[in-house]
Amino acid sequence: MGKVVLVTGVARQLGGRFVRRIQRDPQVDRVVAVDAVRPEHHLGGADFIQADIRQPTIARVLAETGADTVVHMDVTGTALGSGSRTTVKETNVIGTMQLLGACQKSPTVKRLVVKSSTNVYGSAPRDPAVFTETTPPKSLPSGGFAKDAVEVEGYVRGFARRRPDVAVCVLRFANILGPTAETPLASYFSLPVLPTVFGYDPRLQFVHEDDAVEVLRIASHEPERGTLNSGTFNIAGDGVLLLSQCSRRLGRPTVPLLLPAVTWAGSLVRTLGVSDFSPEQIRLLTHGRVVATDQMRETLGFKPKYTTAETFADFVRSRGPGLLPPEALAGAVDRIATLTLRGSGHLPTQSAN
Amino acid sequence: MADAKVIPFDDDRSRSAAVQRPARRRGAGSRRTGEPAVVREVGEVGEVQPLPGRFPAQDDVSVTPEEEPPRQPRDGGLERRVASGLAFLRRRLTGDYDVDDFGYDEELTDQVLMSLLRPVYDKYFRVEVKGIENIPAEGGALIVANHSGTLPLDGLMMQVAVHDHHPADRHLRLLAADLVFVLPVVNELARKLGHTLACAEDAERLLGAGELVGVMPEGFKGIGKPFGERYKLQRFGRGGFVSTALRKGVPIIPCSIVGAEEIYPMIGNAKTLARLLGFPYFPLTPTFPWLGPLGAIPLPTKWTIQFGEPIPTDGYPPEAAEDPMLMFNLTDQVREQIQHTLYKLLVQRRSVFF
Repeated sequence: MGKVVLVTGVARQLGGRFVRRIQRDPQVDRVVAVDAVRPEHHLGGADFIQADIRQPTIARVLAETGADTVVHMDVTGTALGSGSRTTVKETNVIGTMQLLGACQKSPTVKRLVVKSSTNVYGSAPRDPAVFTETTPPKSLPSGGFAKDAVEVEGYVRGFARRRPDVAVCVLRFANILGPTAETPLASYFSLPVLPTVFGYDPRLQFVHEDDAVEVLRIASHEPERGTLNSGTFNIAGDGVLLLSQCSRRLGRPTVPLLLPAVTWAGSLVRTLGVSDFSPEQIRLLTHGRVVATDQMRETLGFKPKYTTAETFADFVRSRGPGLLPPEALAGAVDRIATLTLRGSGHLPTQSAN
Repeated sequence: MADAKVIPFDDDRSRSAAVQRPARRRGAGSRRTGEPAVVREVGEVGEVQPLPGRFPAQDDVSVTPEEEPPRQPRDGGLERRVASGLAFLRRRLTGDYDVDDFGYDEELTDQVLMSLLRPVYDKYFRVEVKGIENIPAEGGALIVANHSGTLPLDGLMMQVAVHDHHPADRHLRLLAADLVFVLPVVNELARKLGHTLACAEDAERLLGAGELVGVMPEGFKGIGKPFGERYKLQRFGRGGFVSTALRKGVPIIPCSIVGAEEIYPMIGNAKTLARLLGFPYFPLTPTFPWLGPLGAIPLPTKWTIQFGEPIPTDGYPPEAAEDPMLMFNLTDQVREQIQHTLYKLLVQRRSVFF
């Protein structure tokens, strides 16, 4: 007897990719893809059911399909298409409540995987440099997606208490990047010049979308020998990139602005709809956030294929060159090197590279 | 002033025999005997080089011993240094360098930030380092030092001392107050220098990774104390550093810093202004803020940094970290040792400025 996996939030790229991936697993019989809107991408033959998880219909879907694994990916920071922030918040919070209510009543559900975010730690100067899964945030996120994620995790913990027979796995993803990722940070990095906060160089961590799909897959199956896939895990690539490094590798110049100006510019940009520059995004780009991934490695048994730097490199390849491509700068320095060394009457050496 | 110039070279001689010769050679050059040509060329190298080079501020001294043949060195040296400077520039411009989880940028620290601090360390405060051999060559260790001087220059000088003098090239990772990470620019530089927030989580993570961690448990009470209370150690926080060291089983190395107390003699504290600005204190010194930015120049005192005998903590059972009595005792032991060494160094000191 195979598994029936129900996936929410499939109209997004990551949800679609996950549905296509998990269908290829031999132990999976059927994948039920749920979202409020019809996805533009194909789902590889999965059964798509158009249902809004904010409505009680989700309980009926769950009962009819007899799903034993629920992968909840509809916890996101941005609206799909032209939704407002209110819709997003409702989908995140009310949607999760409805889905969990449905799961609680369903006798078949054995496993619940929730896509959360490291946003739950907030981002403050008084926080420790590296967050572990147990670090309490010094300042709880006051609003926006981060608060949604905190509330979603709260409901999930309540559900785990009420249904101890269900294996619950909460994956706190760092910023997901990749060639097709559609996250606020990806759109920020697509700006021709990057506004930054003057006097701050935040540490950022990325996780590649391939790794995100893979870890979701690990979490939705039975655990491998010697690993445990229920609990809360930080998911991030190894290493750290500073925002200044990111901008140089992207070849996009930065415009340092004072913090009040950034907040103002953020609301302006948000009004114009160019990029979702939400307050929590500004906090991230001010103070940065780094999480420990020891639990992910040791307990969950997941080794990401991409480090933070490799994830970013893959992302850079997928974008067009910026205004100051690093190759051009490197070339310019090399030319100076050649000129200087020739000017001083010596042949250029290869030590410049 | 002539004295002041000689002393750093004496320091150098004691730290490495290799540097001894160029120091002498430079002396010979200035007396116009020996090989003035070579010496002058080498001096020029230091000036031509426009980029932050691989070598520290006294590079005209420390480069020479590497190239022993008299003809080859200047060309090879110049070329190599220009090349390494450009390679450095290339890496920085293209973002091709690594930082650790705490944001520590080793390359930037070694090649730029340390070179900026070194003149202050060598020429201005003429820091004399003692007992550097008490810092283990590998593995985690917690250096506990006294804190003074209104601005945390003592921490930075301690970092330069370890960086420049330790034979195993160890880097000191300082634990800084949360105020540091609130202030723009300061927080960025602090992270790149390898500092992190003074909290048990960060300290344990660093010690667990085998890093050398520096902490000044007096905190604002020590750095912002009035001039009249100089060299009187304040309360050592709540002894959190001891339990951290106990949990990780790393030795505690007491460190006494003499000279930092007198750089900004704090004769008053504008408490209202401090509250307005959100600072723990607002110092009034004989020169600050009366002379404006000029008053913010520290007095050129002569410093001594003494690292004391390590206090081992690996002999205690794991539950010892939870024992408040033991913690208080160990905290007192560390505090006493630092205070004692401070008095000893003060007795030995000839004058505040020499």
